[in-house]
Amino acid sequence: MFEYAPAPESRSVVDLKPSYGLFIDGTFVDPTDGGSFKSVNPASEEVLAEIAEGGGQDVDRAVRAARRAYDEVWGPMPGRDRAKYLFRIARIVQERSRELAVLESLDNGKPIRESRDVDLPLVAAHFFYYAGWADKLEHAGFGPDPRPVGVAAQVIPWNFPLLMLAWKIAPALAAGNTVVLKPAETTPLTALLFAEICQQADLPPGVVNIVTGAGDTGRALVEHPGVDKVAFTGSTDVGRAIARSVAGTRKKVTLELGGKAANIVFDDAPIDQAVEGIVNGIFFNQGHVCCAGSRLLVQENVADRVLESLKRRMAQLRVGDPLDKNTDIGAINSAAQLARIRELSDAGAAEGAERWSPPCELPDRGFWFAPTIFTGVTQAHRIAREEIFGPVLSVLTFRTPAEAVEKANNTPYGLSAGIWTDKGSRILWTADRLRAGVVWANTFNKFDPTSPFGGYKESGYGREGGRHGLEGYLNV
Amino acid sequence: MSERVAVRKTYKLFIGGKFPRSESGRSYLVQDTNVSLASRKDARDAVVAARAAVKGWAGATAYNRGQILYRVAEMLEGRREQFVALGVPTGEVDAAIDRWVWYAGWADKLAQVYGGANPVAGPYFNLSAPEPTGVVAVVAPESPSLLGLVSVIAPAIVTGNTVVVAASPSAPLAAVTLAEVLATSDLPGGVVNILTGRIGETAPTLASHMDVNAIDLTGVTDAELAADLEVKAAENLKRVLRPAPADHDWTADPGITRMTTLLETKTVWHPKGV
Repeated sequence: MFEYAPAPESRSVVDLKPSYGLFIDGTFVDPTDGGSFKSVNPASEEVLAEIAEGGGQDVDRAVRAARRAYDEVWGPMPGRDRAKYLFRIARIVQERSRELAVLESLDNGKPIRESRDVDLPLVAAHFFYYAGWADKLEHAGFGPDPRPVGVAAQVIPWNFPLLMLAWKIAPALAAGNTVVLKPAETTPLTALLFAEICQQADLPPGVVNIVTGAGDTGRALVEHPGVDKVAFTGSTDVGRAIARSVAGTRKKVTLELGGKAANIVFDDAPIDQAVEGIVNGIFFNQGHVCCAGSRLLVQENVADRVLESLKRRMAQLRVGDPLDKNTDIGAINSAAQLARIRELSDAGAAEGAERWSPPCELPDRGFWFAPTIFTGVTQAHRIAREEIFGPVLSVLTFRTPAEAVEKANNTPYGLSAGIWTDKGSRILWTADRLRAGVVWANTFNKFDPTSPFGGYKESGYGREGGRHGLEGYLNV
Repeated sequence: MSERVAVRKTYKLFIGGKFPRSESGRSYLVQDTNVSLASRKDARDAVVAARAAVKGWAGATAYNRGQILYRVAEMLEGRREQFVALGVPTGEVDAAIDRWVWYAGWADKLAQVYGGANPVAGPYFNLSAPEPTGVVAVVAPESPSLLGLVSVIAPAIVTGNTVVVAASPSAPLAAVTLAEVLATSDLPGGVVNILTGRIGETAPTLASHMDVNAIDLTGVTDAELAADLEVKAAENLKRVLRPAPADHDWTADPGITRMTTLLETKTVWHPKGV
């Protein structure tokens, strides 16, 4: 490995407060019946700030504020004016993008290169895209005069905190809804900075409310009777619980849940490109990606070549300080997630798969896990069935295209898949047979605000992004 | 103390991102101002500039075009007073800005509304997507001088076309001021070219120009001239937008026809199979 001098991004662009309240009705307020918790930097375990934990009454207050804003301001407002607010937000995100990127990396542990070059540009683009829909909803294909749903309860995960916020808030506001959003308890900071951005944009009070907290806060929000729409991104288990809890209500629901994506490499694939795609597929964002290519299905006759090349490439990955611009793999987001990754990896070894990681020095403090692959994995192994949500790849082989499809689909999940081959007709043949909501061919982990994202089967329902992403927020 | 003597602005053409005078050295007096009187040669020069800009503009991502068009709206907002001083009513300026924002949002959406997958009866992937037709000649409406102008330029360029616009002969100052907005909005030079002068002089040159792909006759009020221009346009089968009716309401929802008329649809077939 080449020696690199450290190239740390400056923290000075971020102005952290010691504590943060809830953002309700346009202002930051103290919780009435909640407590507080701390958000830490997973790369150092340093406490970043103390965060208010919203209780039931706080959730109620936020939902009422959202309802009032919906009835009196945002619902009646012409689409062209809603558009202008969303364009303002997009512009402010662009203007403050470095501040947001550094804060995201501090709170989440992801490399600054990713927060700066992937998350933030996508966040701004998402607001731009949906801003443009706000005044042309009648062209979106849902009838001549589509109406908003009302108040949306939105609960988002910790892997792409600000991007998931954008995926939730932009289409909701464009369609004329108001929102109460709960960020994940380990990554609330960029959502709170976003609340400041809403103030800076003069967004009317109550249109966006941010209630921080953990699972109980989220449950209170989702189950609140004043909510018309529930949008959740997170684990399949919680998604299932939400689907149960809204049963019998009129709440509209979209769920974007777990995945166990197959990344299929055929023997005619350009190996170097495929290896880059495999690395990107599983090690991007420490593997904290619901659509990560966590199962590599490689055609048997090229498996040795692919693995050799993959190991060589993995040895070049730089694990460490998320704020260093040379870092490829940052910190695992929390101690709890690190424990889960370790538990499943140990199970993989115990069940007989062969474990390999490149030589890799990990920092003493913080939460870290070296990039890891398992070979000799069978479909029965836990590491081939369960979502690890970490930098751990399970390698399986196949002989025929039909076998590849069979194995790829042999999972309760169906979020994404990858196909690597030089033959266009084989890409399309395979894509037709994959039960997955997003299929990447000769690329992986590509996202765009115009492109719908979401899963089949137990990866959830509904789509976010694109024209389709409006449907969950319209009364159609 | 004497009163300060004002510095007056020269109103010129807008070609290839620059502000040249007419090569003919002529001007005409309108709105109390000498305005460049474009020649047939100026029209041809403008087509050359527009053609040169097609590759970069049509090749830019839809997202990028949308960003630039939105930037135009931002710049327009900052010049509201200037348009009002030229006699454009405040309400019209606001409507023109809002219209520009509306079109900016279409950049990355029209393909999703106007293109799509076709379920052909066979093992084929089949996708239709719109593409810009190329260089569009536009005769802008006589009035409203700003809203009318914006309403014909924005739908043509948002999809990746470039335009040569014959501005309103009786109220060209708003057009030249709009050119100054466009020149400071990151819009690549040549995407919009504006000619001031007589429609009867520039429009026939544009209509018969073999390197122009479409012509928008919206602002042609003389039915005989319109028919003649359409005949000329037929030579290389230009796509034609016919003149707007005299009572056309420019404040109404424009719909998407102005955009779709200036598009080609490309359908791609690809077999499916191992």
